[in-house]
Amino acid sequence: MRFVAVVKEDCPTCVLAAPMLGAIRAAGLPLEVWTQDNPAFPEGLAPLHDADLLKSHAMGVEIVPTLAAIDDSGHEQARVFGWNAEDWQKITGLNGLGEGLPVNQPGCGALNVAPGMLERLQLASGEVKLQAREIAVEDDIDPMEVAYDRGWTDGLPITPPTDLRVARMLTGTTRRADDIVGLIPPNLVPCTVEKAAINAVMAGCRPEYFPVLLGAIETALQPEFAMHGLLCTLAFSGPLVIVNGPVSRRIGMNSGGNALGQGNRANATIGRAFQLIIRNVGGGRPQEIDRACLGQPGKYTFCFAEDESDEGWMPLSEARGVSAGKSAVTMFHADGVTGFVDQKSRTPDELCRSLAMQLWSVNHPRLARWGNAVLVLSPNHYEILRAGGWGRAELEAGLHQALKRPAKELLEGAGGHPLGITPAQADEYTDADGMIDKFHPGGLLIVRAGGPGALMSGIIGGWTGGRNNKEVRPVTRALEEV
Amino acid sequence: MTTYTMRDPTAETAAVLRERRPPPESLVGKTVALLSISKERSDEFMDALEPHIKAAGVKTIRFKKPTHTKPAPEALLQDIVEQADLVIEALAD
Repeated sequence: MRFVAVVKEDCPTCVLAAPMLGAIRAAGLPLEVWTQDNPAFPEGLAPLHDADLLKSHAMGVEIVPTLAAIDDSGHEQARVFGWNAEDWQKITGLNGLGEGLPVNQPGCGALNVAPGMLERLQLASGEVKLQAREIAVEDDIDPMEVAYDRGWTDGLPITPPTDLRVARMLTGTTRRADDIVGLIPPNLVPCTVEKAAINAVMAGCRPEYFPVLLGAIETALQPEFAMHGLLCTLAFSGPLVIVNGPVSRRIGMNSGGNALGQGNRANATIGRAFQLIIRNVGGGRPQEIDRACLGQPGKYTFCFAEDESDEGWMPLSEARGVSAGKSAVTMFHADGVTGFVDQKSRTPDELCRSLAMQLWSVNHPRLARWGNAVLVLSPNHYEILRAGGWGRAELEAGLHQALKRPAKELLEGAGGHPLGITPAQADEYTDADGMIDKFHPGGLLIVRAGGPGALMSGIIGGWTGGRNNKEVRPVTRALEEV
Repeated sequence: MTTYTMRDPTAETAAVLRERRPPPESLVGKTVALLSISKERSDEFMDALEPHIKAAGVKTIRFKKPTHTKPAPEALLQDIVEQADLVIEALAD
């Protein structure tokens, strides 16, 4: 049997126990001493210096001092850490070891498990091996400029994806780095967890956001979301990520004031990372295959969480089939936000009819069954509904009724307007009362978000999912990993 | 000297630039695929274009993607490769 000890001078317990290491060696037991900080500590014991901490990492040391007993075949048979006279006597077989010392004194944290060290050592030891191509940056060149020159960015600066940052991002998921998340359009390139992590680093994500991003990718790659069509459309839309459930609160997402605006890291970076993956992995670039006529600023990033603070309101994810209390993402083909300003309605019925007026303008007031929409209900507007006894079901039913118009008024040419519904649409969608709905069933999503103070809500019009509603739909999926 | 490295966030195809195929010297004897992406009125555009191509003595074949919202299925791409020399794709709305 031989012994291996790991110590550091900056630890009172190591200083206390150091003479006992000398006693072990004096008793004739083979002992190897590794020091994490001062190469000369403990004096007189000819310590080996674990300068790169790889020895400590390989041993899995967490507390110093650590003393391990190794058998002749190299297998560890026992280990003690901190100072405990009984434990040290037992492992060494030296009765009386440590006489005069305190019976017990807890050890200190080892340097190899200091914050941020683990990923460094995993890379240095080869436990984590990144597969993506290395891009070397000359010393006098700014890595940011390299990223721009290589076309990696959306126009804003990125965080350079160094090995250490990527390794840290990978700690946010339990998935293997070489797992394939899916085929990213338009080029249908397999996206590994590692590639997603690299882009998440560039976008500014923290590791704890990473499972939400992976979930958003998988949701957007469901065939019915038609991510390929969305990224190349002439229309305004880009991917909107709506997050529900406990994960949104755990990672500090904003569902309150300015939820659709700037300033919250999780909101900002999850949406941006998703778009960087479309750009970098899939090859979907503006003015190449992305043929947007105008685009909209949400194509940089568009992600927010639903306000789930009122238990009386059924969250969007639950309304779309995800179990209550489960985290989920909904992907929507989003145009920009239109402000809905109504400071006069005081009853649910008034507010509902008022909302319907503006919802008719999504895409164009003379188009029906054309696009989808998200209604983002602010706290003050929600309060009118709540006080009047309306929840999600009542609002959805009320809007369904209020969003009907006589089909004949909307026909192409009616009232002298060339734009309108086609005769074929009128035939297919007009009901027995001669009315047509603005949206396809399921085409209007309602969420709660925003801060108090104004009777204003938001309407996010959507891509032509409605026109192709049988094959292009918003998609909601539970996040399995969080 | 390089002491700083980053990891490539792309599909790593950028370094291998594909050259464009040179256009044919002549269309005589060639077959042109007219591919509609299934967007509204792309047939109308093809209907207007096709007679001009035929009048020049060039054969045409019509193809259609099932939907414009998704990439063309592999089988359709292979049909075009097998049967045509050139492709005109109609994006019209």
